[in-house]
Amino acid sequence: MTAVELGMPTVASDPHGHLRGTESFPRAAHRALADTQLRRNLGHATRTIRAKRAAVVGEVDDWEELRRAGESLKADTMARLPELLVQLEEQVTGRGGTVHWARDAEEANRIVVDLVRGTGADEVVKVKSMATQETGLNEALEAAGVAAFETDLAELIVQLSHDRPSHFLVPAIHRNRAEIREIFLREMPGVDPSLTDEPRRLAMAARAHLRRKFLTARVGISGVNFAVAETGTLSVVESEGNGRMCLTLPDTLITVMGVEKVVPTWRDLEVFLQLLPRSSTGERMNPYTSTWTGVTPGDGPQTFHLVLLDNGRSNVLASPDGRQALHCIRCSACLNVCPVYERTGGHAYGSIYPGPIGAVLSPQLTGISGPDDVNASLPYASSLCGACFDACPVRIDIPHLLVQQRAAAVAAHTRPTGQDLTMQAAAIAMTTPGRFKLAEKALGLGRVLAGRKGRITGLPWPMSGWTNARDLPAPPAETFRQWWERTHS
Amino acid sequence: MNAREEVLARLRTARDAGNPATPVVVTRDFATTGRLDPGSAAVLERLDETLTDYKATVHRVASEAEIAGAVVGVLGEARSIVVPAGLPGDWLRGYAGQVRTDGPPLAVDELDAVDAVVTGAAVAIADTGTFVLASAASDQGRRAITLVPDHHVCVIRAADVVCSVPEAIARLDPSSPLTFVSGPSATSDIELDRVEGVHGPRRLDVVLVGPG
Amino acid sequence: MRIAVVATCLGDAMFPQAPIATVQLLERLGHQVVFPADQTCCGQMHVNTGYLDAALPVVRHHVEVFGRALDDGVDAIVAPSGSCVGCVRHQHAMVARRAGDEGLARAAEEGAARTYELSELLVDVLGVTDVGAYYPHRVTYHPTCHSLRMLRVADKPLQLLRNVRGLQLVELPEAEVCCGFGGTFAVKNAETSTAMLADKMANVLSSRAEVCTAGDSSCLMHIGGGLSRLRSGVRTVHLAEILASTDRDSAVPASTDIVFEEASR
Repeated sequence: MTAVELGMPTVASDPHGHLRGTESFPRAAHRALADTQLRRNLGHATRTIRAKRAAVVGEVDDWEELRRAGESLKADTMARLPELLVQLEEQVTGRGGTVHWARDAEEANRIVVDLVRGTGADEVVKVKSMATQETGLNEALEAAGVAAFETDLAELIVQLSHDRPSHFLVPAIHRNRAEIREIFLREMPGVDPSLTDEPRRLAMAARAHLRRKFLTARVGISGVNFAVAETGTLSVVESEGNGRMCLTLPDTLITVMGVEKVVPTWRDLEVFLQLLPRSSTGERMNPYTSTWTGVTPGDGPQTFHLVLLDNGRSNVLASPDGRQALHCIRCSACLNVCPVYERTGGHAYGSIYPGPIGAVLSPQLTGISGPDDVNASLPYASSLCGACFDACPVRIDIPHLLVQQRAAAVAAHTRPTGQDLTMQAAAIAMTTPGRFKLAEKALGLGRVLAGRKGRITGLPWPMSGWTNARDLPAPPAETFRQWWERTHS
Repeated sequence: MNAREEVLARLRTARDAGNPATPVVVTRDFATTGRLDPGSAAVLERLDETLTDYKATVHRVASEAEIAGAVVGVLGEARSIVVPAGLPGDWLRGYAGQVRTDGPPLAVDELDAVDAVVTGAAVAIADTGTFVLASAASDQGRRAITLVPDHHVCVIRAADVVCSVPEAIARLDPSSPLTFVSGPSATSDIELDRVEGVHGPRRLDVVLVGPG
Repeated sequence: MRIAVVATCLGDAMFPQAPIATVQLLERLGHQVVFPADQTCCGQMHVNTGYLDAALPVVRHHVEVFGRALDDGVDAIVAPSGSCVGCVRHQHAMVARRAGDEGLARAAEEGAARTYELSELLVDVLGVTDVGAYYPHRVTYHPTCHSLRMLRVADKPLQLLRNVRGLQLVELPEAEVCCGFGGTFAVKNAETSTAMLADKMANVLSSRAEVCTAGDSSCLMHIGGGLSRLRSGVRTVHLAEILASTDRDSAVPASTDIVFEEASR
């Protein structure tokens, strides 16, 4: 008897789903950095989107006030999260929807799989949703014999090429038009063999491919951008119309949302519908935003289920600073401005949440289990340059959270590492002026290493990381301290 | 404990552990009224620009009486159209093709077979080039009719044009489905360049009624 | 004005030319400079690597040493480093509060309120943008991340550079992008750091400058280390050194300028 027959998803070996990769960031980055095609694709795409974002943000005189409003609304939401969720549940239920609660990814998948089975459908259409990527819903559906069709263009590219998403907004950002054309020609049934790599032609091919699916689908699955507690109204922000198709045409709609997506009132969308599109696609407004409340007789799906997902979010909420990571509205602006993300791409982060926000969100969602946990490497995947904070539409202090998560990684050291010993020794020297002076004297050794050439060009590990690509100057003949004593005493 | 009780219990514990010492104050120091007056010639002009920028085609008419001429003009060769049950009959005066009224509701395949849809709009936002369709409004209709046909003609009256997003949100009732539309369907998924025309209507015409 | 200089641990031990130039510049402008000799390090390396507990005594030491200087009548504290001032201003109190030491947090905030990065001290506190410097070279300026985004020094360094006689200031393309240093990041994620450095160097080289300057010796060590490895013919010089230069100095680079290429002389 197989696991499928037992009704157990085979994919959820980790009940958290796709929040943890299999190797540390530096190891994964090593491969990505050597992929010249990836580097060029990411460089081009992030440069394009940075320029677009800067232009449309520049149009808004009260952008900083909107950011502060977004920040405070999210903070207020977190301070009242359980009550707001109960209110949301009441409103959705009152309007004919059914609300389900899931402790983790595995439970969310089980709920959705059971609901789909209950309809008798063996196919579903999906609008891109981070929450269901997080839970690995597609694999769970597949294991249960249900085919899930991703309908967002980039998500379709990822699905057709058996790849993994690498960006919140554009999961196939690591692919260029020529690669997308090849994927379509290879994987898309019935595709026109004369397809060119013109983006408009590629978009048309996706339209033709999915049209029948949309018009005949019985079950749609979506995520949520904002869920209004006050009214029970849910919203999906999108561009292509695939979201509208999934939300409107099927008989049954199943929506999965992380609990942090709730906002207190309808009015709050006046802030978020300004912040999100400009930060995300760099547009004044995205082509389509849909809002719906429960079931509307005569319009759209007549059966509606909302699955509220915890999956580690309560861990994040428990940290007074760290909970800011739950403020994220998944715009991806921090990815697009991050010099690390631009060079390594999203796969290097392992978790489906990449980039600066992923580097602070993923380890908080999963917790850091010890020094060998690959998620412990994520907070170090940053030069702390701070570009992410400036770009964040809700002012998440990502650099501070990175430092905080580094501290969490250090606290998870179950045995002292070499780095621990170095840092402790340095701290002792730095609190004892006499020892500090002695340590400076020891630097004289560096002059021996440098020799007559005045440069240090090779050092043993871990400093070889530096000297593999950069020289290190010889320590000076005279420290500042010595100069001061010589000239000022 | 069932999942609901357990998740709520976890969240309550976490919330209490993580709450900041000082209570959160929500600030709304941003502009809640627009730079341009609702319905003014200036706000219509800005809407014209922003709609056009995102590849909608805008047709300006001065009065209600001119709507039909503009609508019939943009429908051009369309052999059949669908309209919501409450669309003012005047707007189609002179249209020679087949008009299918969505009441009783048409099947999806029937919607797929028509060439265009004509609707009104609940509100339009000049700053962003957006109009909003309210499912409950009789001249806008259920969501499917503006989704499946490949050509959407939307009539927007000056009185429904505001400048900013906050002004629009304040006018809208979320209890029935709403669709915010900003240009024809588009995607930025290939190298983050925006190209128009994916699953939603690939052609969008706006008839803008008012001074200008 | 009586000004205490933070040499910074890196400046003291590895790049003394930056704090030396800071002292010489401020003295030339008529100020009295003091060097609290017990100073060691602001603790930034510990904080930014996640060793917040180990950072606590380092932070306390810094706060005490410079607190005494303030008690002794110092008007301001200056460091030729955006990132050290950033740590003092934005992280010291955080480290103290995290450890439950509210007294230290307050003292840290008092000290931080009087601590300035060099360009801030010159432009905001001393009200000077022309320091009377002379530096006849083609120079490009890299705004270091912490001076730009933690301290928001904006164009203060550029105001100062524009008033240096003989200096030809050329724009650095994509100036605001990080050079890839990031402290221990450069070692822990050496390859990503190197990839960032490659782009920074390409931009520096495309500016055709002979000198790349910045307000942080650490970033300059990184950029300069890469440029040296490539034998690029561009050197890195701290902003303080340029501002300290006068026409009494030789236009021929002083030995302290070319830390990476002593052997060529």
